[in-house]
Amino acid sequence: MPEKLLEVKNLKKYYKTKRGPLHAVDDIDFTINRGETLGLVGESGCGKSTTGRVVLRLVDATAGEVIFSGENILNYDKNKMRNFREHAQIVFQDPFASLNPRMSVSEIIAEPLIINKKASSKQDLHKQVLQLMDTVGLAARLENVYPHELDGGRRQRIGIARSLALKPSFIVQDEPVSALDVSIQAQILNLMDELQKEMKLTYLFISHDLGVIKHVSTNIAVMYLGKIVEMSDYASIFKDPLHPYTKALLSAIPVPNVDVHRERIILEGDVPSPISPPPGCRFYGRCFMRQDVCKDQDPVLNQISETRKVACHLVKK
Amino acid sequence: MPENTAQASNEALLDIQDLSIHYITEDGTVRAVNNLNLSLKRGETIGLVGETGAGKTTTALGIMRLVPDPPGKIVGGRINFAGEDLTQKSDAAMRNVRGKRISMIFQDPMTSLNPVIPVRDQIAEVILLHEKVSAAEALAKAEEMLLKVGIRSERAREYPHQFSGGMRQRVVIAIALACNPELLISDEPTTALDVTIQAQVLELMKNLKREFNTSMIMITHDLGIVADICDKVAIMYAGSVVEIGDKYDLFRNPKHPYTIGLFNSLPDIEKDEDSLKPIKGFMPDPMDLPSGCPFHPRCDVAKPICMQAAPSEYVNVSENHRVKCLLFSDTTGGE
Repeated sequence: MPEKLLEVKNLKKYYKTKRGPLHAVDDIDFTINRGETLGLVGESGCGKSTTGRVVLRLVDATAGEVIFSGENILNYDKNKMRNFREHAQIVFQDPFASLNPRMSVSEIIAEPLIINKKASSKQDLHKQVLQLMDTVGLAARLENVYPHELDGGRRQRIGIARSLALKPSFIVQDEPVSALDVSIQAQILNLMDELQKEMKLTYLFISHDLGVIKHVSTNIAVMYLGKIVEMSDYASIFKDPLHPYTKALLSAIPVPNVDVHRERIILEGDVPSPISPPPGCRFYGRCFMRQDVCKDQDPVLNQISETRKVACHLVKK
Repeated sequence: MPENTAQASNEALLDIQDLSIHYITEDGTVRAVNNLNLSLKRGETIGLVGETGAGKTTTALGIMRLVPDPPGKIVGGRINFAGEDLTQKSDAAMRNVRGKRISMIFQDPMTSLNPVIPVRDQIAEVILLHEKVSAAEALAKAEEMLLKVGIRSERAREYPHQFSGGMRQRVVIAIALACNPELLISDEPTTALDVTIQAQVLELMKNLKREFNTSMIMITHDLGIVADICDKVAIMYAGSVVEIGDKYDLFRNPKHPYTIGLFNSLPDIEKDEDSLKPIKGFMPDPMDLPSGCPFHPRCDVAKPICMQAAPSEYVNVSENHRVKCLLFSDTTGGE
C-alpha cells in the first residue's frame, strides 16, 4: 500500500499586479507517494516553479492546503517550519545563481549542517561533508575550490549534495538539468535516480522537457496557465495523450530519430497572460478542438481511469 | 521525405578546409576550432551539433569573419564561399557579404534587436544598406517580410519589447532573410523558446528556406531539431568535426564513439529505459586539450594509439557519411 507523503489541495497562488491578480497557480490538487516522483511539466509561465516554491512555503500560498506527512504545513509556526525544512529541500535550475560564489564547495555543503547543529565536532562536520561529496560523485580534492572554478555539471552536484545534507525525505527538483549539456544531463539524471532508490527519496520534479520528465517520473502532471490539465501514470500519457494541450506538446517535441514520423500539431499564438484570465477553459484560445461549451465553462479535472485525470470537456470516461 | 533535394545542386556553396581559430590570451591559447572541414551545397541545410565549448559558435563567427580580434584569430585554413576565400577578403568587402549574402540568427532575439527602434525600421535598415532602393520602398519591403514571418502590418511599428519571445525571433528571421542571402547561419535559434513556440518557428524556417532556396547551417545541441529540419549533420567535438554525413545515414548508423554517446545520453520518449548511458567525464578544457585524440579520455573503446596520435583523415562509412576516428582507419590496425 503506497503511503501518501505529500498532498496538495485546492492550492492557489495569486500575485497582485497593477493590471489585476496574476493567477500563477490556480486551484490545483495532487498527491505524491513516498519514494515516488511526480513530474510537473509545462511551458514558461505555467506556474510549475511557483508550485514548487509554494509547496515548500518559500512563497506563501493564497489559499489551499499542503499536507506533508499528515499535517498542513501552511499552518505551521516558525519552529515547526524549521523542522519541516530539514525534511524538504530544493535543487535549483541555475547552479551558478544558487551557489554563493564566495563560499568553497565544502563550506556550501557544510552550511545546512552547521545551521541545524548536525555535527558534533569539526572533524565530524568534515567527515559528513566528504561523505556527501562522495555520494554525489565530487572528488574530495575539490573541497576547497569555488563554484566558478567548476563546470555546470559539478556545480549541480554541489547543489544536490547540499540538498541531501539534512537527510530529507522530499526534494523539489526545479529544472535541475535544464542548464546542462546532454552528456552531463544524463550523468545527473542517473545520479538522482540512484539517490532516490538508496535513500527512498520523494521528488517533485519540475521540467519543461518531456523526455526528461518521462525518464524520471512515476506520475506526470501537465500544467497550463496555472492549472493542471492532465495527470497520468508516466507511460500512458506518452502512448495516448488525452488533453489537446498534451497532444500538441508531445507532438511538438523534435524526436532524434529519422525513422519516426509524428503528426505535428502546430498551436496558434502564444500562451495568454495569466492576469485576470477569462472564464472558461484556459486553453480555449489556442485549442484546435475547441467547442462553444469550452468558452464559458472551466473544465474540472475528471478521473478518467484508475491512473488518469483530464480537465477537458471533450474527454469522457 | 528529403527536404530540399529538388533544389539542391551539386555545386558546393561553402567549403571549409582545415579551419583553425584560436583565442590568444595571456593565460594561454584557447584552441576553439582545430582543422575543421565542412562543406555545404546550395539549398542544403546542415546541422552543426555539439556541446558547450565544442566550437560551434566560433565556427559560425569565423565564417562571418566576426571572431573578436584580439584575442581571436583565424590561424589557418580556408573558407571558400561561392568560389571565394572569405579569409582573404578585406573588411570592407566582408561588409558587403554580411547581411546580404550570408546572414546570421542568434540565440537570444532580445539582445539581437535594437530596443528603441520599431521592428519595421530595423528590417528596412538592412535592405537600405544592401539594395538600391528608396526609404519608402525599403519600409514597404520590410512590411512584406514581416507578413512572410507571420506578423501583421498593424504591428510593424511596434518595438521589440511589445512582442513575445517567439514573435521576436520571427522579426530576427525577417531581418536575416530580407536581402535573400545565399547562406543563413542559425545559432540555436529556438533554444530560448518554449517547445510549442519552437515548433512554430521551425515550421516557419522550413517553409522560408524552401521558398528562398537558402542554404542553412543550423547550430544546435538538439539532435531532434536536426532530424526535423536538416539534410546533413556534422558532429563537433573539441573544435573539429568528428563525424559528418547525410542525416539518414548518420542517424541510422552512427559510428564515432562520441556520436554514439550523444545518442545514448538522450532520454527517449519513444522507449522505456531504466537508466541512461551517459558519456563519462567532462568536456576538455580547450586551453589544454588532451594529447592524441581529444576524445580519448572519455572514450570507452579507446586504444593505446588514441592517446598518442590524433586522427587526421576522414574514413568513408558510406558514400555520404564520413568519420574521423582511429578505430576505423586501416593504418592503425597493425600497430
